[in-house]
Amino acid sequence: MSAPQVAGALPGPDSPSVARSGRGQREVFCGLTSIVWLHRKIQDAFFLVVGSRTCAHLIQSAAGVMIFAEPRFATAIIEDRDLAGLADANDELDRVVGRLLERRPDIRLLFLVGSCPSEVIKLDLGRAAARLSQAFAPRVRVLNYSGSGIETTFTEGEDACLAALVAELPEAAPAARSLLVVGTLADVVEDQLRRLFAELGIGPVCFLPSRDAADLPPVGAGTVFLLAQPFSTATARALEERGARKLAAPFPLGAEGTTLWLQAAATAFGVDPMHFNRVVAPARARASAALAPYRTQLAGKRVFFFPDSHLEVPLARLLSRELGMQLLEVGTPQLNRQHMASELALLPAGASVREGGDVEEQLDRCRTLRPDLTVCGLGLANPLEAEGLTSKWSIELVFTPIQGYEQAGDLARLFARPLERQMRLRC
Amino acid sequence: MQLTVWTYEGPPHVGAMRIATAMRGIHYVLHAPQGDTYADLLFTMIERRDERPPVSYTTFQARDLGTDTAQLFKRAAQEAYERFRPQALLVGASCTAELLQDDPGGLAKALDLPVPVIPLELPAYQRKENWGAAETFYRLTRALLGPGRPTPEAKVRHDPPRCNLLGPAALGFRHRDDTTEITALLNRMGIEVHVTAPAGASPADLQRIPEADFNVVLYPEIAGSTAQYLERCFGMPFTREQPIGILGTQAFIREVAALAQVPAEPALTGSPARSAWYSRSVDSNYLTGKRVFIFADATHAVAAARMARDELGFTVVGLGTYAREQAREVREAARLYGLEALITDDYLEVEKHIAATQPELVLGTQMERHIAKRLRIPCAVISAPAHVQDYPARYSPQMGFEGANVLFDTWVHPLMMGLEEHLLTMFSEDREFHNEAAPSHLPAAARAPAQAPAPAEARDAGARCWSSEAEQELQKVPFFVRGKARRNTERFAQERGLALITLETLYDAKAHYSH
Repeated sequence: MSAPQVAGALPGPDSPSVARSGRGQREVFCGLTSIVWLHRKIQDAFFLVVGSRTCAHLIQSAAGVMIFAEPRFATAIIEDRDLAGLADANDELDRVVGRLLERRPDIRLLFLVGSCPSEVIKLDLGRAAARLSQAFAPRVRVLNYSGSGIETTFTEGEDACLAALVAELPEAAPAARSLLVVGTLADVVEDQLRRLFAELGIGPVCFLPSRDAADLPPVGAGTVFLLAQPFSTATARALEERGARKLAAPFPLGAEGTTLWLQAAATAFGVDPMHFNRVVAPARARASAALAPYRTQLAGKRVFFFPDSHLEVPLARLLSRELGMQLLEVGTPQLNRQHMASELALLPAGASVREGGDVEEQLDRCRTLRPDLTVCGLGLANPLEAEGLTSKWSIELVFTPIQGYEQAGDLARLFARPLERQMRLRC
Repeated sequence: MQLTVWTYEGPPHVGAMRIATAMRGIHYVLHAPQGDTYADLLFTMIERRDERPPVSYTTFQARDLGTDTAQLFKRAAQEAYERFRPQALLVGASCTAELLQDDPGGLAKALDLPVPVIPLELPAYQRKENWGAAETFYRLTRALLGPGRPTPEAKVRHDPPRCNLLGPAALGFRHRDDTTEITALLNRMGIEVHVTAPAGASPADLQRIPEADFNVVLYPEIAGSTAQYLERCFGMPFTREQPIGILGTQAFIREVAALAQVPAEPALTGSPARSAWYSRSVDSNYLTGKRVFIFADATHAVAAARMARDELGFTVVGLGTYAREQAREVREAARLYGLEALITDDYLEVEKHIAATQPELVLGTQMERHIAKRLRIPCAVISAPAHVQDYPARYSPQMGFEGANVLFDTWVHPLMMGLEEHLLTMFSEDREFHNEAAPSHLPAAARAPAQAPAPAEARDAGARCWSSEAEQELQKVPFFVRGKARRNTERFAQERGLALITLETLYDAKAHYSH
């Protein structure tokens, strides 16, 4: 149990402290979990995990309900004979993919998703994807990425998937200026943002991932991009390699975050500030009004974040600045200091941001601090609740539309509801 | 490689977790990558446990692979021991760690901890959850009891007679309530329950198992191998009958009475099962010959088939299990109903069979519930895999006489709902109740304008031509058998080379297929 060590604290006396702590158990999902929302978003894509029964069990347990006859994901479960060399894993994979594509003629894009076991046995899914792409061209494109838990945490699976997509994006004309919004957003949020960008006169605007894999946005030197999700590190890097330029901004959570996020685009596109204010004012006012009643409920309440979805820092910023909550600890699985710089700058002085960490030590600190609200994963929520620590299970934050002005109130309600419930219950 | 859409069972280490989580004083150190910690939510969310499972994961990452994952395991085991102070430690690997071949058992032994350390070898690429649970329970019991002691004690008849209750585990289907129900039943028979395990037992409790006279095995999937070992090494006989349904419970009572040398009669007579009378009441006449498809774990599938046929008067048209380990038992049972058992863990294959069989009721797992929902067939869940709603707040056993009552209600209810829906459809053209009618107690002004007629149900491609008269008549058939009526009529017409299906054809086919 190593003592927390301060690594790379940010300059300036008013910055939050950032620590990387403990090497013990991490209580987080692996990147495969992202498939649960990615397969809903990209409607002609199929996600084939090459892994074990554990992988299949994880996705189905995280997905919660099995409402789809045949969802657009499945697992090719590695068996003993594949490992013992009795069957050639590549032949087996080809057979499985062949069977799958025969069943699902609607699939245009197939992702081979690497897992912990496939990474450990060094199954080369990149080569397999190239081979299968050739075999099924032009009907189906086959890409690959790794959602393995030894390399990715939870939402980073989406990042790996989108980074793989970037290589497929068509080349934009060098002079063509465009805005690309990166990270899965609910369709309703996407539509709201499109309307705002249109009114601001910013365009063309594309979203990655697109709803349709056949409709991939072009990218080139004229492309600037905004991250809608804080975990798109590899995707951002891949886009930069394609010549696109990242706009630094906080993330579009809450009235303030959304405004600053839109403003980054407006500035890049030379939108007149007066015009900007005029366009965003109504929605911004609606967001502030929607937040106000929750501020009354939440102000002064103490919140503790366990590391989980990578959304923790922007959420903490919203809770502290727009809802008046006090941040006890902001745990996050990994902190990308560059992408998170605008967010960290907005955190109150002395806020404690902790990267990674040992779940037992986090629990110790949480129990000592006894926060009013604990934001944590599904494995911890009920046990903490049973200890009298009101909790908000964080997976809802990735399934619920929370970005943009119109969702600011919904987002605040997610945090207020557990506390309100606490107040209502008398036994 | 096996293409899997949904899986009936988790990996075997989840089975081990079900044993560790059910018990007290146990900790399980699992060599596994971080993503495997998802398994905690099975217990805290689906079963709504108020404690974390007693499991520590090493959560090694890619960067650890080049260095020393074995060292990581040793540290995790040492720290887990110090923090949780268990009476016994289970150690093992999940699927990924199995590939690293770090030997958790050997590493943990080397730590020289002052408590028993039980290594678990659960081959993740061959085996599944239930096997993992059974193996863990067996390994643990065996490690704590040793190869057997020819103790004179084991033969001694206690007064009152004593038994152990083996099988209830975490994440089991109604294990909590079955345990209560069967304990009460045994107590009514004058039998003492000495140790219940794994649920609620500590390692010390497991060591007391041989002090009882015999073992009651509630779930052979979990406790079968342990009971066999206890019989072999400690001379403890065990029960084979599953107390599910009235007949099952009565057979169980007779078996237990013989083992305990107590009279069976008091427990058999005056049984509090209302389900027998409910089933005889004229109201239940419509249940006669209902075609039921059963797919579950072996214990629940076999028991449900017996209860369905002999206690509710259903006709069993399909019987199967996803548990290959118990395939033999299910095959034997299926023969009793003139059926070939469906042994598969391929969810799509089960769906295909259900669709082909056209049952009126499906008794299955949560997977079959989803299949049945899509096929619009009434369904009741009788076995794991289960969802959060299968862990009800109320007392709801599946076993014993109260269990028979619960099953009667659970199975008949979806049929009633189906009937109700049929009645609604029947009345849909009634002047007062038709689809466009607003509630009669609301003013007429509030009534919505008539909408387009309800869409006709999906038709098979290449379906034969129906006269409009016959088509209209078909719509009067209850929706849940309409599909079958359509298919039967079309087959009938095809076999006779009839190009047009008339009203006559419809009723000819009906006469042909009803017997």
